Amino acid sequence: MRTQLKEATILFAGDSGDGIQLTGGQFTNTAAQSGNDISTFPNFPAEIRAPQGTLAGVSGFQLKFGSVNIYTPGDECDVLVTMNAAALKANLSTLKKGGIIIANEGGFDAKNLRLAKYPEGVNPLNNQTLDDYEVHTIDVTKMTREALKSSNLGQKEIDRSKNMFVLGFVYWIYNRSLDKTIDYLSAKFAKKPELLEANINVLKAGYNFGETAEAFTARYEIGPAPLPKGIYRSISGNQAIGLGLLAATQKAGLQLFYGSYPITPASTILHELAKYKNFGVKTFQAEDEIAAICSAIGASFGGALGVTGSSGPGIALKGEALGLAVILEIPLVVCNIQRGGPSTGLPTKTEQADLFQALYGRNGEAPMPVISTRSPSDCFETTLEACRIAIEHMTPVLLLSDGYIANGSEPWKFPKSADLPTIKPSMATPRSNGSDEVFLPYKRDEKLSRKWALPGMKGLQHRIGGIEKEHETGNVSYDPDNHEFMTRLRAEKIEKINEHTPQQKLDNGPDSGDLLIIGWGSTYGSIKTVVRDLIAEGYSVAHAHIRYLNPLPKNLGTIIQSYKHVLVPEMNNGQLIKVLRDKYLVDAVGLNKIKGMPFTANEIKNKAVGLI
Amino acid sequence: MATAEAAIAGNDNIGLTAKDFATDQDVRWCPGCGDYSILKQVQTVMAETGLSQEDIVFISGIGCAARFPYYMDTYGIHSIHGRAPGFASGLKSVRPDLSVWIVSGDGDCLSIGGNHLIHALRRNFNVNLLLFNNEIYGLTKGQYSPTSPKGTITGSTPYGSIDTPFNPLSLSLGAGGSFIARSMDRDPQHLRATILKANSHKGTSLLEIYQNCNVFNDGAFFAYTDKATKPQSTLFLESNHPLIFGENGNKGIKLDGFKPVIVNLDEGASKDDLWVHDETDKIKASILTEFFELYKDENTLPRPFGVLYCEDRPQYEELMADQINETIAKHGKGDLDKMLSGSSTWNIE
Ligand code: SF4
Repeated sequence: MRTQLKEATILFAGDSGDGIQLTGGQFTNTAAQSGNDISTFPNFPAEIRAPQGTLAGVSGFQLKFGSVNIYTPGDECDVLVTMNAAALKANLSTLKKGGIIIANEGGFDAKNLRLAKYPEGVNPLNNQTLDDYEVHTIDVTKMTREALKSSNLGQKEIDRSKNMFVLGFVYWIYNRSLDKTIDYLSAKFAKKPELLEANINVLKAGYNFGETAEAFTARYEIGPAPLPKGIYRSISGNQAIGLGLLAATQKAGLQLFYGSYPITPASTILHELAKYKNFGVKTFQAEDEIAAICSAIGASFGGALGVTGSSGPGIALKGEALGLAVILEIPLVVCNIQRGGPSTGLPTKTEQADLFQALYGRNGEAPMPVISTRSPSDCFETTLEACRIAIEHMTPVLLLSDGYIANGSEPWKFPKSADLPTIKPSMATPRSNGSDEVFLPYKRDEKLSRKWALPGMKGLQHRIGGIEKEHETGNVSYDPDNHEFMTRLRAEKIEKINEHTPQQKLDNGPDSGDLLIIGWGSTYGSIKTVVRDLIAEGYSVAHAHIRYLNPLPKNLGTIIQSYKHVLVPEMNNGQLIKVLRDKYLVDAVGLNKIKGMPFTANEIKNKAVGLI
Repeated sequence: MATAEAAIAGNDNIGLTAKDFATDQDVRWCPGCGDYSILKQVQTVMAETGLSQEDIVFISGIGCAARFPYYMDTYGIHSIHGRAPGFASGLKSVRPDLSVWIVSGDGDCLSIGGNHLIHALRRNFNVNLLLFNNEIYGLTKGQYSPTSPKGTITGSTPYGSIDTPFNPLSLSLGAGGSFIARSMDRDPQHLRATILKANSHKGTSLLEIYQNCNVFNDGAFFAYTDKATKPQSTLFLESNHPLIFGENGNKGIKLDGFKPVIVNLDEGASKDDLWVHDETDKIKASILTEFFELYKDENTLPRPFGVLYCEDRPQYEELMADQINETIAKHGKGDLDKMLSGSSTWNIE
């Protein structure tokens, strides 16, 4: 029996050593390649190897795919694949009533039940607690061993491939081909034929188990989504930032230098760029966050595009150097992949609570453009924009992403390099021999930005630094009037950037009406889903998602005034809303979630409906 | 990249003099400060190196010494406290062609910037690091610094400091520095010669310069400059020469196992038994850096000046470029379109 569905949400959950991320990633690729739209949400434990079988060690990978457009990884899941008791306990609340549980029986032995803190003698698979769900218990460990009984591999290696059994089985349920995963395994184990064979055997065993086991009769069919025509790939947020940086520097004719210090969830940008050696990209793992940003500024002084990336705690450490970059008026891109705070906070969970830090987190008057990305594939274009602004306006730029975007992935209709816009650095002109024309390092053009004069350029020697500069000459100046003048000039320069960025557009909805939902960052998918549904239900609701957070788009005030109510959902305690109230004197209402987890569409929907 | 290449075209330092390296800015150190002498020697040496003004970058942090770049007619960054090595690392990574100089004081370099110092030394970028050591915080008005001797009385230590001071050269050697040297503001000739050596060394050259802060710590190094004590208290190192010091070179240093011993050449000791300086010997260099006792009398081991240690070792920016070149040789130059499409795509029709 095959049931046609529009969309489905699966959550793979297990111990962090169970290969859950790989399993989820493989299903994602296969679904994407068969034309589904898809959105994913990997959820890691904070500890690298938390004790096996414990609640702290549970790793999850949620994905939603469909024959319709998909904007979020789903509020509730239809299928929960659980490798052990802890994974069930930690995730049962996200499973729909009537949803399917696929449980690995081997993960529910006495030891695992105890580690998952079930009372003595209680096994949820054997009592009535799961009566509301459709439970399929499979002894995956045993089946995997069975499938590999003739292999020469050790017990440990055999057991490690049990995720392939589950993957094969889920492929069977959704009627997917094994080819893409077999291709992947062939590349991964090209030099280890024994492991390759074992993994493929187990994958097939899982699939065949679906065919032969009579217990499980339902199979689902989810057709391709109406995505725009074109060639697609799958991309994660941090990957897209890496590619965006590379593309921007290629389009600007500049070297790319990335100075960074490892921190979750930003490190994968460093990993990504470190692979781009044959593009001449220089990556530098600095001794600390401060050295990382300073090295990037040093590189920019030398004529490369200096970039650094971190998360909130690291950005805090970079604060003084950010102020220096502001007064040096030098190109610099700083990526903040936000996570739960304050302090170390929730390193592996997501939050968007660093907006104030980005806007205001420096000593003195130190305005800086702030730009935010809304989804994994959007990271590419947003990064290009961050680089363009930094280079063409001679300023440091803060790019805000978050853990949810960084690790999530989605299909991306990638561009051709020839179609990407060129970025034009505004270089100074070296003096010719004998010229005694004085060089003014802080002379400005119509954008109020100065010229980039690189060491090696004849006759343009100049000294820049953190002490207040005299207008145009850049010489040290303690003159009170000059300080006020320069402070206003630096602010005006940043404010003027919105003459060179697009106007705010509505993502969906009427030009005026009852409710405008304003979002920024990774709440995009949830808000989009809600607004789509509300419009279908006849409500007068619109959605504006802000990429340019500083300076704000010129027309934003006008847009805001066209609605009776304004709702600002944020994964923080209310930050953008304060900026909007401050700037536009609007009586906006906030919806705030600070749980280290993204909004569910329902949470936003309920609030929105309540307002109208 | 085209722009950076255009920037470095042509090196035409023809007949530049020390004056050409001075700026029109008023020098604002206290009258009598040792920084004046250092500035003058550096400007003089720059003219001798044959480098063009535009190919030189001076980078500093915060402190009295950190004003240095404003007075050099080269490119320069007056950055933030302690972080100059960070800026220099990024700059040198992308512009190996430049001559990069870090100017830092003892507070800047060894206190707030200590972490950057040790990492710069182990990485070995080809830069020069001039450490102006005056054993005091000057700019913030006279607190003790990480090099102030124990018991130093200052505003922040009215009863005397209780910290054990750093031995900057021993620290630098321990951090993997490839060039470790010492000189002083009051010996212009020695200072110039040592700066030149630092400049010719390929790698991070650490040159500690004893600098008198005549306002907050006057005379901290007088034992090494005063006519009466200088012969006994200073040891000028020269490669392949025996360690000789004292009035008319009447004293020498011999190694008894690992223990340095002062011997009197007038009283029968032979020059042939003396320790002969070998800049490349790291074990001996580590003993030399431990000649660090405060000068008391003629039995105190003299303070060594000159190049204590010098090692040829690959420079970070070279290794960085090598890796890039090797990758290009192996996989060809990167193609942006290939990167954008990744390894696995699908078509939606
Ligand atoms: S305070 Fe000391 S070190 Fe600073 S300028 Fe004055 S004399 Fe020189």
